[in-house]
Amino acid sequence: MTAAPRLSIRGLRCAVARWPALDLAAGACAALAGPSGSGKSRLLRAIADLDPSEGELRLDGEARSAFAAHRWRRLVVYLPADSAWWAERVGDHLPAVEPQTLAALGFAEDVVGWSVQRLSSGERSRLALARAVALGPKALLLDEPTANLDAATTAAVEGVVEERRAAGLAAVWVTHDPAQAERLGAQRYALRDGVAEAAEALA
Amino acid sequence: MSPQLIDLTALDLGIAGALVALLAGLSWAGRLGIGRSLLIAGVRTVVQLLLVGLVLETLFAHATLYWVALMGAVMLLVAGREVMARQKRRFAGLWGFGLGTAAMFLSSFSVAVLALAALVQPEPWYQPQYAIPLLGMLLGNTMNGVALSVDRLTDGAWQQRELIEGRLALGEPWTAAIEPVRYDATRSGMIPIINAMAAAGIVSLPGMMTGQILAGTPPLAAVKYQILIMFLITVGTGFGTLAAVWLAARRLFDERERLRLDRLT
Repeated sequence: MTAAPRLSIRGLRCAVARWPALDLAAGACAALAGPSGSGKSRLLRAIADLDPSEGELRLDGEARSAFAAHRWRRLVVYLPADSAWWAERVGDHLPAVEPQTLAALGFAEDVVGWSVQRLSSGERSRLALARAVALGPKALLLDEPTANLDAATTAAVEGVVEERRAAGLAAVWVTHDPAQAERLGAQRYALRDGVAEAAEALA
Repeated sequence: MSPQLIDLTALDLGIAGALVALLAGLSWAGRLGIGRSLLIAGVRTVVQLLLVGLVLETLFAHATLYWVALMGAVMLLVAGREVMARQKRRFAGLWGFGLGTAAMFLSSFSVAVLALAALVQPEPWYQPQYAIPLLGMLLGNTMNGVALSVDRLTDGAWQQRELIEGRLALGEPWTAAIEPVRYDATRSGMIPIINAMAAAGIVSLPGMMTGQILAGTPPLAAVKYQILIMFLITVGTGFGTLAAVWLAARRLFDERERLRLDRLT
């Protein structure tokens, strides 16, 4: 008997797109590509239950409907392209972040005292990743997390996710970069005409 | 009617009205552009107050619970419509009208009934001379609190939707994600009445107390009534605001704790 996949999707349907089937084992990764505006972000939001959707989603075999909504979103964390920062200082947003994660992303520990106002967009997206993994999610939905980062920082971000995957995290990346999907060793999916299908190569 | 009350004659009102007309004339001569609206507002004051005076005279003559309750219901519905009209982004469907109306009903009516039955204790408790002005003052102030706070809440949720969804995406419950907006909304609903209490008697003589003194009530008796009314208004506004903000915040999220701005028009 095989263990249930970490994250499994059957017949997910949101307002603009569908994802008929996906199975991600612990530590596995899927890359989703598709033209901009085709609904990739909406699919990730639907998986995180931030938008109304139909379909059967399971985490370690347990149905999404069995989780309180905020509990599900704490385990299946959606990392949007534009991160939200509502308090004054960085530290107010990440209560228990590990120093080695911050170091891997190029921050010293004193970053928690920084004012959010002064962060660059690249710093924001890296800190948003640190904040998301600090929650200890079982699945992470990344919406083009490296779109505005240089090669070195992209490698750092990939490295942090890799490390978490080694500990069992399942990841879904939205990325336009075939080389990135290659590096991640991801199952590839392409969103065409509103349907996410397994693809041989990313267009 | 107290013995000292000096009844006003038509001539008295006519002279005051002529002064308003003079002001309008000056505005017209000086091209200030407010003469017309001044006159219309003046005429509306006369007509509306005469009508309500007639209604109250009739109501006082037929002081049955049925008529008093009907009057209260009409006042509540008008206040509910006013709350809805003041919303920049109102809830779609019945919620747009029902939310504020329900909050005002819960707070104003229960506070009014409590004040009449337990504190002022007129005989019978619904005697319109007490019930209608009391309910009117409660509804008027609660209406302001509810309208301000719900407007602030829905507009705040709209402006800060990315922050709210960002917090939801990190697994925060809806109550935590909306908390800052709810704090702001409750505050803006309550601040006017808190300021009014703080300034009462120093910056302004409250209208009700002034009216009672003009009508011949001894000032200290008028003051006691004013204190009671201030407290009742505060309680009514406070509970109305809390109820409206809670209901509205709840309505902004669905059963899966998603932010549903599509429920606003």
